[in-house]
Amino acid sequence: MEKLLEVKNLEVSFQTYGGTVKAVRGVSFDLHKGETLAIVGESGSGKSVTSQSIMKLIPMPPGRISGGQILLNGEDIVPKTEKQMEKIRGKEISMIFQDPMTSLNPTMRVGNQIMEVLIKHQNMTKTDGKNRAIELLRLVGIPMPEKRVNQYPHEFSGGMRQRAMIAIALAANPKLLIADEPTTALDVTIQAQILELMKDLQNKMDTSIIFITHDLGVVANVADRVAVMYAGQIVEMGTVDEIFYDPRHPYTWGLLASMPSLENDDKAELAAIPGTPPDLTNPPKGDAFAARNQYALAIDFEEEPPMFQISETHFAKTWLLHPDAPQVEPPEAVKRRMRQLSSTFEKPVLVKEGK
Amino acid sequence: MAEKLLEIKNLKQHFNVGRPNMVKAVDGITFDIYKGETLGLVGESGCGKSTTGRTIIRLYDATDGQVLFEGEDVHGKKSAKELKKFNRKMQMIFQDPYASLNPRMTVADIIAEGIDIHGLAKSKKERMERVYELLETVGLNKEHANRYPHEFSGGQRQRIGIARALAVDPDFIIADEPISALDVSIQAQVVNLMKKLQREKGLTYLFIAHDLSMVKYISDRIGVMYFGKLVELAPAEDLYKNPMHPYTQSLLSAIPLPDPETERSRRRKSYDTAVHNYADNEKLEMREITPGHFVYCSEKEYNELKAQYAK
Repeated sequence: MEKLLEVKNLEVSFQTYGGTVKAVRGVSFDLHKGETLAIVGESGSGKSVTSQSIMKLIPMPPGRISGGQILLNGEDIVPKTEKQMEKIRGKEISMIFQDPMTSLNPTMRVGNQIMEVLIKHQNMTKTDGKNRAIELLRLVGIPMPEKRVNQYPHEFSGGMRQRAMIAIALAANPKLLIADEPTTALDVTIQAQILELMKDLQNKMDTSIIFITHDLGVVANVADRVAVMYAGQIVEMGTVDEIFYDPRHPYTWGLLASMPSLENDDKAELAAIPGTPPDLTNPPKGDAFAARNQYALAIDFEEEPPMFQISETHFAKTWLLHPDAPQVEPPEAVKRRMRQLSSTFEKPVLVKEGK
Repeated sequence: MAEKLLEIKNLKQHFNVGRPNMVKAVDGITFDIYKGETLGLVGESGCGKSTTGRTIIRLYDATDGQVLFEGEDVHGKKSAKELKKFNRKMQMIFQDPYASLNPRMTVADIIAEGIDIHGLAKSKKERMERVYELLETVGLNKEHANRYPHEFSGGQRQRIGIARALAVDPDFIIADEPISALDVSIQAQVVNLMKKLQREKGLTYLFIAHDLSMVKYISDRIGVMYFGKLVELAPAEDLYKNPMHPYTQSLLSAIPLPDPETERSRRRKSYDTAVHNYADNEKLEMREITPGHFVYCSEKEYNELKAQYAK
């Protein structure tokens, strides 16, 4: 498959009064055409910063991309100027934000906000733009688009606003769509509709999607591949089946075990992850998750674990996969979902260069 | 059957009464809450679940209907003394741990506010001892007492909110989306804490949330609300296994499950009020289909459901 995006060893930091916060600490991943990659992690894990860096939307200063490359179709966008980025944003990469009320312009008609993209990137005339805007609104499932196109955002409901946002994002047929918690502010019934819509549009337009969320249910629904982030690093990455049916990193175990299951009647205590995420002004020595990890080994507090490869597509950053590490049993709730996947290597392989 | 702690009878809460923009946020709901149980209340935003909670604790004056706490009406004319009595027994935990703690007060003062108002501590020393004890109960420690809310993370703030609610030894706590603003890994911590406190202190909870999987985990019974009405009320397991009202069915089908295989084959249902096709003269009310399982329906639907689920 063709690679659309390659992120190599990305590092992003922010200057604050309290010191330099290393928000993203060496993240690498790639994204193929037409694929959906979900990035999961709790707040402060660097998932939003990673995605905003891809669009170069982080405020600089205080933010700074202090290392690494972001290759879009083989071309590094890190050194690009703001002027050059304007040609990429909206056209090559576009973004859907969490809160549709604050990310739409309340003083502009919805139609004009869509036309803005078309006039800028596709040199359309106003009349053509308007017709295309109506078409787009129809495409995202807004009834009576001829009327809606002249309305203001406050006349739309939450779900409708999110649909309008999607219409704006898709107006110039971008190759990459970044969706930063697009359904978090919506009700479950509306969420289900928006997810269906995004999948449907992806099939029609062959866009790649980076989907940022903390809801593992949503991940299971939309993702082809999943990257789990913790403290500015990707700790585990694999296909959606590998992450849900054969997770290897204790943090992924923790996330999966801390959610109650709708299916079983188990009223046993939830396996919460104790403590809180580390302060990234002074990232801890060794494994950042060690302090909250009941499976932590002595070496976790000394040395950062390398990436191990479990299958062609499955990577995990934990010492537990080292040949000398003791055998550990994942929590009960995780064991229940474990299954043997055919693609797994016989033994985890150490990845030499940071992957 | 267990003792009733709270009876809510035909409760109505309308806003902007008499004006064209009148909103019937809660429109005649009736249910009971038993001692020591957790009743979950779910529904989409704007369905009136939070308003129900707030009206029960008298943050709003009810438009109509009654809330009986141990047989006594919470609403209606009351002297300051009588009000105080209710306030001690009922407490609330709020959704947003950032907005619900006064940023100018220390944690000790926030927690002790109720103790001061109700005169529960005889001396300064006793007051502080009580605060330390409460902090420990919710998994924080003594050193936190003199800090301010901004020094805490979301999960820790929610613990402070819980400590504040516990300070006056209440019987009943209304938790309005207490975990919605927290991270997944922290949500489980707070839910475990709430369950532990319930076991130890015999608390009764009204747990309001839109996350059905968490609600099912913590609740004994669940009520589903839709546009100001309670449409279904049943034991948690039963509601999940046999959802009877079409709205509940659509709600359950919409929850994404953390299992890729089921997600690929899921079919979502949508709810359309037209399916009921009610005639004008049909009387709609909560009817008991199977023991403990109530559905808001007409006589005709009642007979159909009865035939379908009677075993």
